[in-house]
Amino acid sequence: MQLSKKKIAGLLSAATCSLLGSAAQADDNPWDVDSAILYYSETDRVMAIEPVISATKDLGDDASVSMKLVLDSLTGASASGAVPSTMVQTFTTPSGNSSYQVNPNETPLDDSFLDTRLSYSMNWETPIDRNNRRNLGFNVSREYDFFSLSGNALWDHDTNQKNTTYSYGINVELDAIDPVGGAPRPLTAMLAQDKMSGSESRDIVDLLFGITQVIDKSSLFQVNLSLSEASGYMTDPYKFVSVVGITGEPTSQLFESRPDSRSRQSLFGKYKKMFANKDIFTVSYRYMTDDWGIDSNTFDFTYRFNMKEGYFIEPHLRLYDQAAADFYRYFLSDSEPVPQFASADYRLGELEAATVGVKFGQQITEQHGWSARLEQYLQSGDGAPDVAFGQLTQQDLYPDVEALIVQLNYSFKW
Amino acid sequence: MKAGYYWLVVCAVLIASGCSSLGVKPWERNLLAREDMLMDADALDLAFDEHIYFSKEASSGGQGFAGGGCGCN
Repeated sequence: MQLSKKKIAGLLSAATCSLLGSAAQADDNPWDVDSAILYYSETDRVMAIEPVISATKDLGDDASVSMKLVLDSLTGASASGAVPSTMVQTFTTPSGNSSYQVNPNETPLDDSFLDTRLSYSMNWETPIDRNNRRNLGFNVSREYDFFSLSGNALWDHDTNQKNTTYSYGINVELDAIDPVGGAPRPLTAMLAQDKMSGSESRDIVDLLFGITQVIDKSSLFQVNLSLSEASGYMTDPYKFVSVVGITGEPTSQLFESRPDSRSRQSLFGKYKKMFANKDIFTVSYRYMTDDWGIDSNTFDFTYRFNMKEGYFIEPHLRLYDQAAADFYRYFLSDSEPVPQFASADYRLGELEAATVGVKFGQQITEQHGWSARLEQYLQSGDGAPDVAFGQLTQQDLYPDVEALIVQLNYSFKW
Repeated sequence: MKAGYYWLVVCAVLIASGCSSLGVKPWERNLLAREDMLMDADALDLAFDEHIYFSKEASSGGQGFAGGGCGCN
């Protein structure tokens, strides 16, 4: 009995010393702080400014905690989905209280787009044993008409002398959508302003299985398989589908309608290779497919030239293409029955996109560094589809989206 | 769509089974340990990109989870 008391006292004092040691060690470790501001501007459309601050603290014994705060301020106009007309068109704003007009032969844009998003996330990584780590996190995000809460867990398992890491993750997200003026009843006329009461919701569950593999002293690759199941309100409450008559002129605008579930699968691969012990080539590819009929391919390339005195320059190229959703329609004809689902949201259409940019920066000391990124994004689709008739053949039914992306980063220890 | 899904699984299994013969010794990791060689290097850039493309295109996730915590569909 005496011996076991002594044993317990010994264990307790060892544990206390260990905790105090960890705490003292953690106190010695500064916070690694990354801060950045993003400026995103589309020609004649959306403009966003997004400052971010992220901080990570090494708690000792391979444990760490990290936090991130994002503020996102959006203004400008967004394509409503309606087709252009040879006549002036009048649209009701989402609140239903006012209206705006669109000039002849111009793409209808909803210029009442204004939102601020605040997002906070936190992650905690701890070792389970020598070859296993767990990472637990949550994210909460708030916009004027949207609230999101998510929690995630990731388990990393090292094997093959830590040359191979298997990752298993799950993320559960709960969203509440509270559209301005209420959620419209799908495929009802804009003029009817038939809105549903209460807020809408959707749930998303993501599963991720990944492998990271060291190839040799200077290269490694990663492959992830992701499955995502979403259910609930997936419709964009602010988007229209035009119904056109025999001349191609719109006769009415309907609120769009999307299925209330979506299953996505993606395969992601990334390869990094260092050349001449300093320059780094990175390439990644993602294939995504879903039960809405959307298949997409994303290629991403960067080459980082590391130069003297910590300077680096990194050109970037991203290429993207996607097939249209099964229910994507440029417009509906008034001679056909209204389908169950229809959306003219350009983001669900067949499109190609390219991003070209360059990043330049300097790691001044181990304590701090800075960088600046400048990129141009161009998205295009088929603006003169075969389905167009009448006046629609004279219109651009899928105008290009061009955006300028400027980003400044500063990192320091605190 | 189903064919695409089966291809994803087949690729993942093939890659997983081919990994065991690759790798380096612990003392050969000096280049791989550099911050700019991490798979999630430039994490803020990746997060910005994910947010931008999530709101302009119909795909998201891949390297991380697909959910966006964003109302921009």
